[in-house]
Amino acid sequence: MNGFEWMSPGSLEQAARAASATVATAMACRSGTPASDAAVLKAGGMDLLDLMKEGLLSPRRLINLRTLPGLDRIEPAGGGLRIGPNVTLAQLAADERLRTRWSALADSAGGAASPQIRQIATLAGNLLQRPRCWYFRSRAHHCVRKGGETCFAFAGENQYHAIFEHNGCAIVHPSTCATALVALGARLEITDRAGAKRTVSLEEFFLLPQADLQRENRLESGEIVTAIELPAQPASVRSVHLRYAQTESFDRPLAEVAVVLDLAEAVCRKAAIVLGACAPVPHRARAAEAALTGQRIDEALARAAAHAALQDAMPLSGNAYKVPIFTAVVRRAILAALVA
Amino acid sequence: MPEDLRTRSYPVGIAGVALEQLERNVADDEAPPLPPNARLSVIGQSTARLNGPAKVTGRATFTVDVKLPGMLHARMLRSVYPHARILSIDTGAAERQPGVRAIHVIEHPLGRAQELPGPGEPGDAHRRVRYVGDPIAALAAVTPKAAQAALERIVVDYQPLPFVIDLEDARRSDAPRVFDRPVRTEFFLGPAPQLPQHGNVHGPDTSASRGDAAAGLRAAELIVTGEFRTQVQTHCCLEPHALVADWRPEGLTVYISTQFTAGIREELAEAFGLPLNRVRVVVDAVGGGFGSKSRIGNYVLAAVELSRKAGAPVRLALDRHEEQIDSGNRPSTVQRIRLGARRDGTLTAVAIEAYGTAGVALGASVGNFAQSIYECAAFALEQSDVFTHAGPGCAMRAPGNVPGAFAYEQVIDELAERVGLDPLTLRERIDASPLRREQRRIGAERFGWSRRQPPGSSPGTLKRGLGMAQSHWPALIQINSSCEVRILRDGSVEVRSSVQDIGTGITTVLAQVVAEELGLSPQDIAVHIGDTDFPAGPPSYGSRTTASITPPARNAAYRALRLLMEVVAPSLGTTAERLIARGGRIGTLDASRSITFREAAAQLRNDQISAVASRSDDYGGFGRRMGDAAVGRMGLGGVQFAEVTVDTETGRVHVERVVAVHDCGRPMNPRQIESQVHGGILQGISYALFEERILDRHTGHMLNPNLEQYKILGARETPAIEVHVLENYQGNSATDAYGIAEPSIIATAPALANALYNAIGVRLRALPMTPAAVLTALGRVPCGSVPP
Repeated sequence: MNGFEWMSPGSLEQAARAASATVATAMACRSGTPASDAAVLKAGGMDLLDLMKEGLLSPRRLINLRTLPGLDRIEPAGGGLRIGPNVTLAQLAADERLRTRWSALADSAGGAASPQIRQIATLAGNLLQRPRCWYFRSRAHHCVRKGGETCFAFAGENQYHAIFEHNGCAIVHPSTCATALVALGARLEITDRAGAKRTVSLEEFFLLPQADLQRENRLESGEIVTAIELPAQPASVRSVHLRYAQTESFDRPLAEVAVVLDLAEAVCRKAAIVLGACAPVPHRARAAEAALTGQRIDEALARAAAHAALQDAMPLSGNAYKVPIFTAVVRRAILAALVA
Repeated sequence: MPEDLRTRSYPVGIAGVALEQLERNVADDEAPPLPPNARLSVIGQSTARLNGPAKVTGRATFTVDVKLPGMLHARMLRSVYPHARILSIDTGAAERQPGVRAIHVIEHPLGRAQELPGPGEPGDAHRRVRYVGDPIAALAAVTPKAAQAALERIVVDYQPLPFVIDLEDARRSDAPRVFDRPVRTEFFLGPAPQLPQHGNVHGPDTSASRGDAAAGLRAAELIVTGEFRTQVQTHCCLEPHALVADWRPEGLTVYISTQFTAGIREELAEAFGLPLNRVRVVVDAVGGGFGSKSRIGNYVLAAVELSRKAGAPVRLALDRHEEQIDSGNRPSTVQRIRLGARRDGTLTAVAIEAYGTAGVALGASVGNFAQSIYECAAFALEQSDVFTHAGPGCAMRAPGNVPGAFAYEQVIDELAERVGLDPLTLRERIDASPLRREQRRIGAERFGWSRRQPPGSSPGTLKRGLGMAQSHWPALIQINSSCEVRILRDGSVEVRSSVQDIGTGITTVLAQVVAEELGLSPQDIAVHIGDTDFPAGPPSYGSRTTASITPPARNAAYRALRLLMEVVAPSLGTTAERLIARGGRIGTLDASRSITFREAAAQLRNDQISAVASRSDDYGGFGRRMGDAAVGRMGLGGVQFAEVTVDTETGRVHVERVVAVHDCGRPMNPRQIESQVHGGILQGISYALFEERILDRHTGHMLNPNLEQYKILGARETPAIEVHVLENYQGNSATDAYGIAEPSIIATAPALANALYNAIGVRLRALPMTPAAVLTALGRVPCGSVPP
């Protein structure tokens, strides 16, 4: 790991002004050796430290957002919730409001990583972490996402890679909370260097490889995610997040599914179904949503919706096994939401 | 009978089943026969680890914690190519870096097969690297950061060469060669005849064969066949391979995380041309070894060389990436098994063709499992090593027998099904071991084996299965194991040996043994081990530590006590033979007169009395001797029962419960034995379901060289585990104790595989049994795409 300077900014504005690059831009390079002049923002630092220890990121300066006051609260806002970017996954998992009204988010946060990491990892950091693809994480493989020429996964070892939307790069999006938040219709509040705020729906925030091969989202240098906004949920809405990994202790998921249903009895007025760990962004299963909308949900319909969710899957040489797994997990998530 | 022998009577048999007395002629200075554990006060009692508090509070000193004044920090430069010729190495820029004190270029690396030079052949002009991670050079600098920075300034001119990392590809005659010349055949135990070598295939070794297998197969009434594959597993020691080498004019001291201090000393003395009395090897706490810390490696030689050049102590600790790619691994295997049997299940022939790869090393054999466990006169084993451009394998917890049992115990279950017998009933017929018979009986009862349903009959999506498998491991003994016991004038007692405690608890066991003999409690005994300044102890591999060091520890305590009794007998008005030590006192047999142990010691003329004892031969003789090692006449075993659930839609296997029944001679410390068996089962489950080294087919790089992407069992994958240990007395030594580390892992993977088959009615013949593998076996994965 390289040596670096540590900066504790006095305010958000000071932090934003000090930042010279996002982690994605600081990592991208032609040569394979990342530049060492960037000043990047640090929240929990879980992913950042990993990248630095592996020699994939060599920042000159870390700007610590962690100690800025007021960013670690969950507050009611217009019937919904406003979640500070420094709220930890452990906080989310334990929050009573989330557990009752936005349980998909509480479930996703509670199942991510390990108990130790959940105590430190922040929600914004979770959304902004870089992919776990083993070629991306290997210094020996200068892949497209780091500024190289090739995605090694297509012809290589791709059992944990994408089965959807892998256009030029087969990463799966690493954020478990993003899967739930996209399904819940969350928006991000982003503040720039000048202190101006914009909001963007989380779904539109993430970028597919065809839009940008080297970053997973639209965050620009000097911007800071200052809130995650959850819209109001009518009492008729049920949500779940199911996560399926090879080991349950501390493992990246093979499949995860968030389902949000607005129900009148068992009739579905509206459905949002998002699949994680299957595409470079949280993958919205619109065909499955359409299959449910206006229908009375039962086992057979859930099964049909699950098949619809997977009908466009394009597995790679080594990950077709994920198709039956997702088919089962989508069905189970729909049925679980029904009784949530 | 020679004068120095004496006839004594030993308990023999399984406690609670049948215990008899057996007369043996043993040396006169051996401690007298120990009764069964029920009549002892310290041995056989669960005793908390003496070093437990130090470990859980962080006070214990692991090698990575050792810091010496003026210590330098070393890093190693490793090949980024799986196969390349090194045209040149330029260390000039690195040498000029600030803080660099020494650089060492590795010319003749260890830890791999060694080529035999042809007659009159010159050696290669350029060294070849043969796997990603192959060490090239090392340097030492004043800080780790300076070392790393300088390392990146070493310029290596590689000429990349074609490589092969896939086992099947490597067997082809046109595959790139890992070695151009024949390599020296090495066996872990003793010399071996030179084996043929064609291309990358070294072998076959047929030396374990017996009888006429072809005739046995012809005579068979039915034949069961199967082809099995096992993956590469890495050791994943939590403490990395590490040492601090301190070369001084007066001698070399090495602090090292090792399983064998005395062996490291010998190897270092030979490598550096030093007499043994100028080499000292020291270790306190060890964070795991599992076979990978048995010998010196390139990192050890490099650190010592750097210390010699720099004239300062040098610390070298591998990082996790280096641990995963270059600290050894369990080789992969392919095993084709043919069983010939009669309709009653008895075996007429066993024929096994096996090959595997330990990368650039030898040692991918499938062990002695199939050849030893069941009765069969005709046994044919052909096993070959296949070289690949991958990191060297080395011994890992029950090497050979773990992959061997995974295959063989499944074939035995298939045979049981074919002949319509319960798996336990078939084993009753073909397994001669009286121990395993009792273990099956106890295990079946505790596990509830009678609940087992026909294969695949479990209803619903989540299917439940019950399975079992057996374990066999030779009882190994290191015959040159010595131990000293000192009684000091203040009544305190010290045990000294170079034997090391790698976490398995020998510290506590030694205290128990000596305390039992001296009539004290374990807390009274100071155990000083892990230092070659003390009498040379055994290695902690091959499950041999307890069997090797506890008899000399007890004999040394016995002899030291006799000396003390000689001193105090007159003051008690009797002779030494009429004294006994118990309850912290030394007194007459009739308990009419006694003094405290401390009062007794105070009568010493000198500051201390001391006795050193070495491991005697087993009283009944050894089965086999190979150099400093010997194999006992009776093997170690065990039976494990597993209950699993399988989600047939997602392919996930969950282990709910394991019942393990084992033997290790006289159990010394039941709590520690249980802990060892837990470790074996957990490592076995992890091997069966999760762990796998994944190499990139295009570059030869390991893609999961960390503990995130290399999947390991965690707390939520831990089943309910019940351990039952038999007391098995053989009257073979002063303690009659044996090891348990390796027997405890062998049966786990096949027990899970047999339970998985029972659940879903489809047999998995490859490891690890991942969701992808289960779904593929169930025919649920869409065609055209299969896991790589």
